[in-house]
Parts: sequence; C-alpha cells; structure tokens
Amino acid sequence: MGALIKHPSDPFLTTESGQGMDYEFHWNVVFQNMPELLNGAFVTLHVSVLAMLLGIVIAILLAIAKMNNSKPYCYIATTWVEIARNTPALFQIYMAYFGLGALGIHLSPYVAVLSALVFINAGYLTETFRGGFQSIPNTQYSASKSLGMTSIQVYRYIILPQMLRRIYHPMTNQFVWSILMSSLGILVGMGELSGTTQRLQSLSFRTLEFFMVAAVMYFIITKLVLISSSLLSRKLFKGEI
Amino acid sequence: MISIQNVHKSFGDLEVLKGVSLDVNDGEVVSIIGGSGSGKSTLLYCINAIENIQKGKIIVDGVDVHSKETNKDKLRQKLGMVFQQWNSFPHMTVLENAALAPRIVKKMSKEEAIEIAKKELVHVGLGDKFDVYPTKMSGGQQQRLAIARALAMKPDCMLFDEVTSALDPELVGEVLDTLRLLADEGMTMICVTHEMGFARDVSDRVAYFHEGVIAEIGEAKQVIIDPQNPLTQKFLSKVR
Ligand SMILES: Nc1ncnc2c1ncn2[C@@H]1O[C@H](COP(=O)(O)OP(=O)(O)OP(=O)(O)O)[C@@H](O)[C@H]1O
Ligand SMILES: [Mg+2]
Repeated sequence: MGALIKHPSDPFLTTESGQGMDYEFHWNVVFQNMPELLNGAFVTLHVSVLAMLLGIVIAILLAIAKMNNSKPYCYIATTWVEIARNTPALFQIYMAYFGLGALGIHLSPYVAVLSALVFINAGYLTETFRGGFQSIPNTQYSASKSLGMTSIQVYRYIILPQMLRRIYHPMTNQFVWSILMSSLGILVGMGELSGTTQRLQSLSFRTLEFFMVAAVMYFIITKLVLISSSLLSRKLFKGEI
Repeated sequence: MISIQNVHKSFGDLEVLKGVSLDVNDGEVVSIIGGSGSGKSTLLYCINAIENIQKGKIIVDGVDVHSKETNKDKLRQKLGMVFQQWNSFPHMTVLENAALAPRIVKKMSKEEAIEIAKKELVHVGLGDKFDVYPTKMSGGQQQRLAIARALAMKPDCMLFDEVTSALDPELVGEVLDTLRLLADEGMTMICVTHEMGFARDVSDRVAYFHEGVIAEIGEAKQVIIDPQNPLTQKFLSKVR
C-alpha cells in the first residue's frame, strides 16, 4: 500500500515554482472572441456535412463497383477502400495539401481537408453499404418476386428500407468521426473550430481557456448530432429488425 | 389449370429435371414427395418463372410461362408461393406485410388493400396480430403470415415448398391445418412435402420424384399406402 502513496518530492506532483498550480484563468478574452469561435464551429459543421454527403455518393458507386464482378471497377474500388481504411487521416490531409502542392496543384486548406475527409468517408461507407446490402437474405428478394413485384419495387419497398436500418447507426458514427477529424485542419491553417482556436490562443496566450471552450463546443456539436440522429431514427424506423 | 410438359432443367452440367410432365386441374391438390436433391423445389421455381427451363413447356391458365412475350411479374400474381423459410418482411407490421403487394402490384387503394389483407389474416388465424411486427411471432405464425400474404393477391394456384420442415415440431400442426383449410375451400395447390400423413389425407394425387423424373404418380392413398414402383416403396419405408 505504502508504495502507492506519492512521496512529496515526486517530480510529477509538484512544479518547482508552483506556476502550474497557480494558473489564473482569464475567460474574458475567450468570450470576446466567441463570434469567431462560433464561425469556426460553423465551418467545422459545414465541411463535415459536405464530406459526408459527397462520401455517401461516392461510397454508393464504390459499393456497386465492388459487388460487381467487372474487374477494373472492382479493382479501383478495392484499392480505394484499402488505402482509405489503413492509412492515417493526417497523411491524407498532408497529401492533399502539401503533396499535391509539391506537384503544383495548390488546394485551399478547406478543399484539402474536404477532399481527405471525402476520401476516407467514402472508403469506410463503401464497406458499410456493402455489408448492409449483403446482410439482407436473398430469400427476401425471391419472396417479393413471387408476389408479383417488379425488381424496382423489391428494392424500393423491401431491400433498401431494411438496408437503411442497418447502415443508419454506422453512418451516424462516421459523421461524428468526420466532425472530430476535421480538427486536423489545424495543421494546414484551416479556419474551422480548431484552426480558429489555435490562431486566437496564439494571439492572446490563453491557451487552456480557448482549447477548453473549443472542446466543450465539439462535445455539444457531436452530442446534438447523436441526439437528433436517434430521434430521427425513432421516427423513421418503427419496425423491429 | 397448370400443364407441365416434358420439362428439362439444368444448372450448368447438372440436369436436375429430366423430362417432367404433370397436369394439375383447377381445385386439385397434388403433393410432391421424394428424396433430397431430386428436383422438387426446382420444379416449383420453374412453374413460378423464378428459374428458366431448357426444354419443354409449362402452361398456366393458357399462358406459356417461359415464353419471351410473357410478363413474368403479371404471371406471378396468379401463382402464390410459400417457401420453406418464412420470409416475413421484418420492417413492416403483419398487416402491412399482407397489404403491400395488393397495394403496389395490383394498385388497389389503401383501404381496399387493407380490407383484403385483414380478411386473409383472419382466414389463417392471425386476426389478433395486425399491428405486431413479424419478428415477435413464432415460426408457425410467420409461416401463416406468408400464406395470408400470398392469398391476399387472390392467386389461382398456390405452390408450397416444404412449408413445415423448418418449423419446431409443435408448430407444424397449425400450418398444416391452414393448408388443409385451403384445400377444403377448393384452392388449386402443389405441395412439396415431407409430411406423408398430410400428403395421404389432404391431397388428391401424390407424385414421387426420383432423380429428376416422376417415378410414380397416382391417387394419394394408393401411392402412400400401396406404392407400385420399388423406388417409391424403398423411399416410403425409409421415411416411415
Ligand atoms: N441455383 C442452383 N444452382 C445450382 N444447382 C442447384 C441450384 N438449385 C438447385 N440446385 C441443385 O439441383 C438439385 C435439385 O435441387 P432441389 O432444390 O430442386 O431439390 P429438392 O428435391 O427440393 O431437395 P430438398 O428435399 O433437399 O429440398 C440439387 O442437386 C441442387 O444442388
Ligand atoms: Mg427443396
């Protein structure tokens, strides 16, 4: 037991001058800059929503390509998915901003972050969509056909509604992930919430205050997304699965 | 009236139906028995145009099932089919399950579709389950839902593919009772079944399938109780 009690001279417990403990919080400057922070939060939401929408569209195409047996499309889709899922998001953003920049293609920080997020979202969502589709038993299709439904009706009324139920929560998670990952925009000087926070704290030196407030704002945004998503799902999906 | 004329069906190199001929009259109940892999399910899928055929003809109410000109979706409205595995639509209530096809395939009004669906659900004994989701029901109830869902399309003929073989033994009775009820009402039925008692008591005729051909066909009691073909005798002595 005694070994667990920290010795007063433990270097991790005290700071020599005591500055760390005596840090004085100054919130005023943070509140004065609230409009800028809110603007940053808006850019964060903006880029995440756009990255999600574009990611969904591309993922639908990639999932179809992957389930299709035509070789070149399937190959492209598989490569995309593998790279997107197995390399760090940070690298994707660096590639889009500095990598393409070195090749003479200069993207704005916003477009670079957006492209990276779209790339990754599409990769993950492809697998989500494919899995969701394949989890619907084939017998649902033959049973529907035997009732005289056309193929389009089978998809419209039987396959897609069931699929949507299964991919809904993974999609929500992906959206939350996008919101949090867009904070990597800080590395390329993007004006989203983290980038804005970084800029403001470097001007005022109120590092802790700014980042704490930004963290709370991220938390509120993602919580709001999760709560509205679950409310919407209750409205959309009445059936049991 | 269903007329099956010298039908041949292959999957790749595997010939599954090797010249099957069978006429089923209106109001007649024909049971198909036979060993696993003998082509019983395949024949039903061919009648319903879910599978194509290589040779021969299947005529349903004067319509050539596999002709290019035939609208398969329209044809399937005349043929109700129930599968071994109950295929309830899990995202819809029992009532929605039964009302969907009348509404979107037959383009009935919502009220009409619901009325027909309710009637057929009561018919199969699910009158108290309209607003339940199928996943909350037993296999026997879901299988009866599948029957009601098919009946709501007012088919001329029903095809049943071993509808009791995936059920727990204590649930088999309620589904067989439903089939018996339909037979008594004069529905034309082709039943692939492993229930020899049902085949004997409910059907008019029984056909014994062996390796893609009908090895024996005749009046139900005679085939089940006193089969003539040695192959049928051997099969029946095994299942008893
Ligand atoms: N889609 C398919 N592709 C390839 N082979 C198939 C297909 N469907 C069925 N077969 C083969 O055709 C043969 C007959 O199958 P079928 O399902 O008609 O038999 P069955 O008489 O219904 O048997 P069971 O009593 O086991 O249901 C089997 O050898 C089966 O493996
Ligand atoms: Mg079978």
